Amino acid sequence: MALEKNMALTGQPPKNLSNKQKFGVLIGISGLFILVLAACNVNLPNKSFWLATSLISIFTGIIFFAHASYGNKKQGINNDGIWFKAISSRGAIAWMAGIAITGFYIVLYFFAELLGLGQGINNTNTGLIGLFDPLSRLLSGNAASQWFVYGTLYTVAIVSFGVRFLLKYKKNKYQQLRTASVMFFQTAFAYVIPELMARLNSESFSLPYNDLKNMWPLNYYAFEQWRVDQFINAQHIGLFFLLLGIFMIFVVSPWLTYKYGKRWYCSWVCGCGALAETVGDSFRHLSDKGIKAWRLERWMINTVLVFSVVTTTATISTYLGYDASKYWFTKNVFLLSVGSLLTLVFTSVLYYKRNELKQDAVKGAIGFFALTLGFLLLIGFVDLNGLQINARYFSFGLNENLYSFDGALRSSYGFFIGSIFSGVIGTGFYPIFGARVWCRMGCPMAAIMGIQQRLFSKFRITTNGGQCISCGNCSTYCEQGIDVRAYAQKGENIVRSSCVGCGVCSAVCPRGVLKLENDSLNGRINSTQVLLGNDVDLLSLMNNKEK
Amino acid sequence: MNHIVIIGNGISGVTAARHIRKLSDHKITIISGETDYFFSRTALMYIYMGHLKYEHTKPYEDHFWKKNRIDLKRGFVNKVDHENKSLIFDNGDVLQYDQLVLAVGSKPNKFGWPGENLKGVQGLYSKQDLDLLEQNAPNKEICKRAVIVGGGLIGIEMAEMLRSRDIPVTFLVREDSFWNGVLPKGESEMLNRHIKSHHIDLRLGCNLKEILADDMGNVTSVVIQETGEQISCNIVGLTAGVRPNIDFLKDSGIQTNRGVKVNPKLETNIKDIYAIGDCAEQHNPINGRATIEAVWYTGRMMGETLAQTLCGNPTAYNPGAWFNSAKFLDIEYQTYGWVFAKPKENEIHFHWKHKDDTKCITINTNATSGRFLGINTFGIRMRHEIFNTWLTEKRSTDFVIKNLKLANFDPEFYTHFEKEIIACYQDTQTLNQ
Repeated sequence: MALEKNMALTGQPPKNLSNKQKFGVLIGISGLFILVLAACNVNLPNKSFWLATSLISIFTGIIFFAHASYGNKKQGINNDGIWFKAISSRGAIAWMAGIAITGFYIVLYFFAELLGLGQGINNTNTGLIGLFDPLSRLLSGNAASQWFVYGTLYTVAIVSFGVRFLLKYKKNKYQQLRTASVMFFQTAFAYVIPELMARLNSESFSLPYNDLKNMWPLNYYAFEQWRVDQFINAQHIGLFFLLLGIFMIFVVSPWLTYKYGKRWYCSWVCGCGALAETVGDSFRHLSDKGIKAWRLERWMINTVLVFSVVTTTATISTYLGYDASKYWFTKNVFLLSVGSLLTLVFTSVLYYKRNELKQDAVKGAIGFFALTLGFLLLIGFVDLNGLQINARYFSFGLNENLYSFDGALRSSYGFFIGSIFSGVIGTGFYPIFGARVWCRMGCPMAAIMGIQQRLFSKFRITTNGGQCISCGNCSTYCEQGIDVRAYAQKGENIVRSSCVGCGVCSAVCPRGVLKLENDSLNGRINSTQVLLGNDVDLLSLMNNKEK
Repeated sequence: MNHIVIIGNGISGVTAARHIRKLSDHKITIISGETDYFFSRTALMYIYMGHLKYEHTKPYEDHFWKKNRIDLKRGFVNKVDHENKSLIFDNGDVLQYDQLVLAVGSKPNKFGWPGENLKGVQGLYSKQDLDLLEQNAPNKEICKRAVIVGGGLIGIEMAEMLRSRDIPVTFLVREDSFWNGVLPKGESEMLNRHIKSHHIDLRLGCNLKEILADDMGNVTSVVIQETGEQISCNIVGLTAGVRPNIDFLKDSGIQTNRGVKVNPKLETNIKDIYAIGDCAEQHNPINGRATIEAVWYTGRMMGETLAQTLCGNPTAYNPGAWFNSAKFLDIEYQTYGWVFAKPKENEIHFHWKHKDDTKCITINTNATSGRFLGINTFGIRMRHEIFNTWLTEKRSTDFVIKNLKLANFDPEFYTHFEKEIIACYQDTQTLNQ
């Protein structure tokens, strides 16, 4: 099997797959093959049996392969040959994998009927989704949906590649713990608990599918009317979950981000992060470290954040507006509180952190803030529901529906950000752009926590004096495209909003230069003087000149 | 505005250029015959191992140089004509300078071994050496065995590189324990075991007698001095140290010995010509250091220092506490202050080793005053800043041991060994009393 890219001048790869690794590939592929057969509507007589066989094969194949790769390595961390293998260096296989995953997402999001959703008699499932019915019945008691299929495969992927990660980083306790953590949160919070809770639902009582850790604004539909209504109608327990969600956004998350940086979420809890860290580990070095990518990142992620805030505000204000009897909280009170909260946060940052912000950051922030306030005014003075938009003009004629303005915002956010950006591009392009494209460029939750991490957090990556040899391992293996070396070789701490604290820069450093730390806010940025080793007088001289 | 020309785009030359730019508006030109852009020499090994591509070893993006008005010129200088302040290139080009900085680095040592210039015999220093290794040893089918001669830092890196492609490696080390001219016994012996555990055929106390070739001039085997044993191989890595790369300066009038002779201000005997980095040789040792320091960090310090001098603030090279680091296969090594292979007069070593045989420390103490002189640490990361402070403040070893936890730089959740180390230290103290 031509899994290796030919880099050697003599026409042979430096190292081939071992027989054990090939066997692992074979088992895994055979598991996938069962799913493909099901998707092609091949009638598999005993669904439970074939589903179990398929999932177990995928799972064992991956673990078998990982064990063959890392099992007998003493230290574990081993990036030997990463840039020689086609799959991890944008070779033909990587492109094929990218196209396959992208295709899967497109079908999943927009053409679920192709997977057999409701295609049988009486709208029962056939095909791939039908294959998952037995497992779904076992957990929630209901027939499977495309989301159940996706959730199952997602969980299997995180757990099996998580085991691979544990083997690869076996001597690194930080990596071990955070990987165990994402495996747990995915399996329990995103998969098993919500499925089991669906059993509580009856005709008189119904909770929405609720992954507790999936917070707004990553969960962009968190405050849509149907969901809020469902919570409010589901007695005390529903109200509890609704309030818990709000409490997490305004109290838990800022507090944890203050203490530990955004890593508490992005690389310890989050499901998107979990997939990127486990399945995406083989692609982390593909992220773009150039200054242009950084510029794009800053515009892109903050634009998505504004889009997300505006959409959510519009959504909430619409149903507050037209159903004033149901909600004591009126549209105008809501808009005023959003506006005041944003203004308060914005002005205090500009005032208290004025010395830490560079001019371009201030300019950008003012622009984004003005844009947001502008939208809030628009929402306040215009009846969004009354504005009708024909989607024909935006969808090349594919969609001819009429949308109200807020509905249009919501649908386009869901389509462009929720589906295309986070799913199709974010995951489909793993083998080409690296695994954290969504987390770096698009996630509004990462944007909020990132701003906080840059300004109000104890977290930083410390550089060990003058020990850096500028080798570039840290920058190369940074999945977020941070040029870690640029800081390390100057003896500077790394305080970047995009850092998810995965700790791999520290793990791959051959000289023990980097350490993730939580320490006091004072002197967090530029704290370490350039300690390159010359005598003290010269150092103080240089530092004075630089000031 | 002067035209400062720097020969060599390694860490010393580039650091000098960067700091000159920070401090002044001088015109700066960097000349290199090796590569168009600065790269990290210490990272070459990772390219062969497939961890990095060449472009990742470049610490600055290519647009950096233009933005900072640092001109780059590719070419080999054949001759320095200091009377006319000009450089003559091998293709006949001529370049005028006002001030010249020699930062030309090193080249691998050869000791006149029979066969040392055969095809398949090579050192590992330059980008060209790396390309050659890729040709000579692309995989284990073409390179059935490699022999490495010389047990230093480059030797063990080369062994690790070849092992990453499953190429069998025989490692000839002249000393009776790996790098024991630098490392104390306990550390050196731990590394012997670690090297062997990586399936490297380590031959201690073995000298190279000669290298043999076939009719085509390709290496076929080496002969060991002591035993006369003949080992077949397809490549021979010569890694018995490096020496300054200064042959082209022979008749230039610039005073040289092993390296280019410089005073503490890094000035040569010729006005407006300076030397820094691997190729500079001090007339007298500074702060107890070797007269030639071929280390990344010292090259960087010299570059910084010289930039000050060239920008109107004459400054002597006056390095602080010694520090260095390396990685031996899986084991990271850091050192702060002075720890010699054998304690010097009135020095005592405290040695602690973890039972897993991959972690140990050695602390050097002045026997009379109890003052802390230096530490070697293997498998445990320690803080440079803290040790620098402790050395400057002349702390005692008792103090250092007691506060060792403050110096720990391992990632979060790692097991700490301070308790074990303190207990071990107290045992030795009781024994000594």
